[in-house]
Amino acid sequence: MARELWKGNEALAEAAVRAGAEAFFGYPITPQTELLEYMARRMPELGRTFLQAESEIAAIHMVYGAACAGVRALSSSSSPGISLMQEGLSYLAGSEVPCVLVDIMRGGPGLGNIQPSQSDYFQLTRSAGHGDFHPLVLAPSTVQEAVDLMYASFDLAFGWRTLVILAGDGTLGQMMEPVEMPPMRALAVERPDWALTGAAGRSPRVISSLYLDAAELEQSNLRLQAKLQQMAATQQRWESFCVEDADYLVVAFGTVARIAQSAVRAARRAGIRVGLFRPVTLWPYPRQPLDAICPQLRGVLVVEMNGGQMVEDVRCVVRERVPVRFLGHLGGVIPMPDEIEAELAQLVSLSGRAAFS
Amino acid sequence: METIYRRPALLADLPTHYCPGCGHGTVHRLVAETIEGLGIGSRTICVAPVGCAVLAYKYFVLDCCVAAHGRAPAMATGLKRVLPDRVIFTYQGDGDLASIGGNEILHAALRGEPITIIFVNNGVYGMTGGQMAPTTPLGMRTTSSPLGRDSQQQGYPIHLPELLAALPGVAYAARRSTHSVAEIRRARQAIQRAFTVQLRGLGLGIVELLGACPTNWQVTPVEALEFIEQVMLPVYPLGEFKVAAELGA
Amino acid sequence: MAQGTLLIQTDRCKGCGLCIRACPQQVLVAGQHFNALGYQPVQLDEALRRCTGCGVCAWVCPDLVFTVYRESAGRAG
Repeated sequence: MARELWKGNEALAEAAVRAGAEAFFGYPITPQTELLEYMARRMPELGRTFLQAESEIAAIHMVYGAACAGVRALSSSSSPGISLMQEGLSYLAGSEVPCVLVDIMRGGPGLGNIQPSQSDYFQLTRSAGHGDFHPLVLAPSTVQEAVDLMYASFDLAFGWRTLVILAGDGTLGQMMEPVEMPPMRALAVERPDWALTGAAGRSPRVISSLYLDAAELEQSNLRLQAKLQQMAATQQRWESFCVEDADYLVVAFGTVARIAQSAVRAARRAGIRVGLFRPVTLWPYPRQPLDAICPQLRGVLVVEMNGGQMVEDVRCVVRERVPVRFLGHLGGVIPMPDEIEAELAQLVSLSGRAAFS
Repeated sequence: METIYRRPALLADLPTHYCPGCGHGTVHRLVAETIEGLGIGSRTICVAPVGCAVLAYKYFVLDCCVAAHGRAPAMATGLKRVLPDRVIFTYQGDGDLASIGGNEILHAALRGEPITIIFVNNGVYGMTGGQMAPTTPLGMRTTSSPLGRDSQQQGYPIHLPELLAALPGVAYAARRSTHSVAEIRRARQAIQRAFTVQLRGLGLGIVELLGACPTNWQVTPVEALEFIEQVMLPVYPLGEFKVAAELGA
Repeated sequence: MAQGTLLIQTDRCKGCGLCIRACPQQVLVAGQHFNALGYQPVQLDEALRRCTGCGVCAWVCPDLVFTVYRESAGRAG
């Protein structure tokens, strides 16, 4: 299939369509609005459901309703909208109803701005709503990867009966890149055995997150936790670059990883043996592969477009074995390769001193 | 012997958790009888609320889901959009629908979603123990309006069917009561109409039903019927505020 | 006047008394014993034999405890 130039937001939308999305509910918010606009044209053209909701709160509950019917439903938003959706995300998690959500992150807190950011890391991986759960969080770094992950996301969501969140930043949503689109999938005809369709010829089904009895709710939670542990063990995705002989490691996700890769290349030319580790799943965090690299390292640099969020996961894995430095930009400021190189040089000199002290 | 009345098969043969004299039991019965009478039980999906009726899914022998507080019309919208040939209804209380879910019901009505809203108004938040609701009559004491609801402080009671009747997307909007046999019969008819507009694709149908809450009104079940007559009815006139012309007489 | 009778699921009755108030024949009374729910369930005073099977009790009962029967004898067909 030919490679075509696609804008990130629109590419995500088309990939969702090709993955068999039957219903989209959303609300306009920069920098993800093109996804909604694309769906507004594309879904009716295919006889599928598109609806602009009155709020992000309503949008996610419409997704919840449609997903209760066993169809592939999704929504998309950006940081402040995700905050509003957290209520629905918790109910979806509590009742194990699968759906897909896109978060094209922007600067916060509050209204913040519409510039790219990665500051929803904690929100998505730790606190996507009240109660104990984690969504499966995928963080593409290119438009092609966004398309590929979106294409896989409904299978993951339905396979695990989980919420899948694609976390991109405003850069990814807005930039255009060549993309090879996957083929159009036929819509699923069969509905899952938990779906609400009207109790014709079978006993009624209930989808609820309510367990009034404490022991019963604990059991339900333990089931959910066991599933999450299984996901954590089997669903870690990552990519690494030049780590085989690396003394130093840069850890970055999403578009920042691409900038970091340029810096790693430049540092290599300058004689520093440095590699790049890029988590693709933010939850579950790819702890095992990162842990496996640690013994050879003398220092780690984490670069993020936030105040230092993923770095906490990195420190959990690295522990006190080697220094972990953090370079962060907030509020939509994008880190530049030369800054990363300078930080790397600092890390080298610091860990060098530590080694000789 | 001829059987004059038998409980509807669409209501599970279970004791309910409702207090003695609670209006929910009667409204559950009317909804179940209506769905049974229309022969649509096998293609009807109930969206239960948060509030006293949160356990409605235990009682209706139907596919059911439980929405977050106030979000039932949004959830029903999602269901109806992907299952247009199914019958979707929400069952909501006054705090759920008229307060926290105000935006969801307003916009579902604006869009004319062909869904049915069963709205039980007892003037208080029942489940949490009798706090002021948007429907609490002026002067009424509740645990969160201990001096009585004062319009200067807490605003005025909301008249939802009257408000929604003004919207073109609404095909049926009525208020009925459950305090007497005659009114219960009218309530049953109104519920039937609220489902019929959905079946005919005419738009959103909503019935507000005045129901007793003896526990939080702190009266006996029998006194609660008088409370409806004396306190609720003067604030909440009964009637049909919108009847789609296509529905006929 | 038609003769009716009632089957009352006394284990479900919460003793709210709405049926007693509504019964046009005044044949329903509060029971003296308590059921497992802790309420005094309604009873049909059989001695009065005035129940017509009108079904009003079933219309007002929030707990659906009544099944209502009426003698069909005397009707054609």
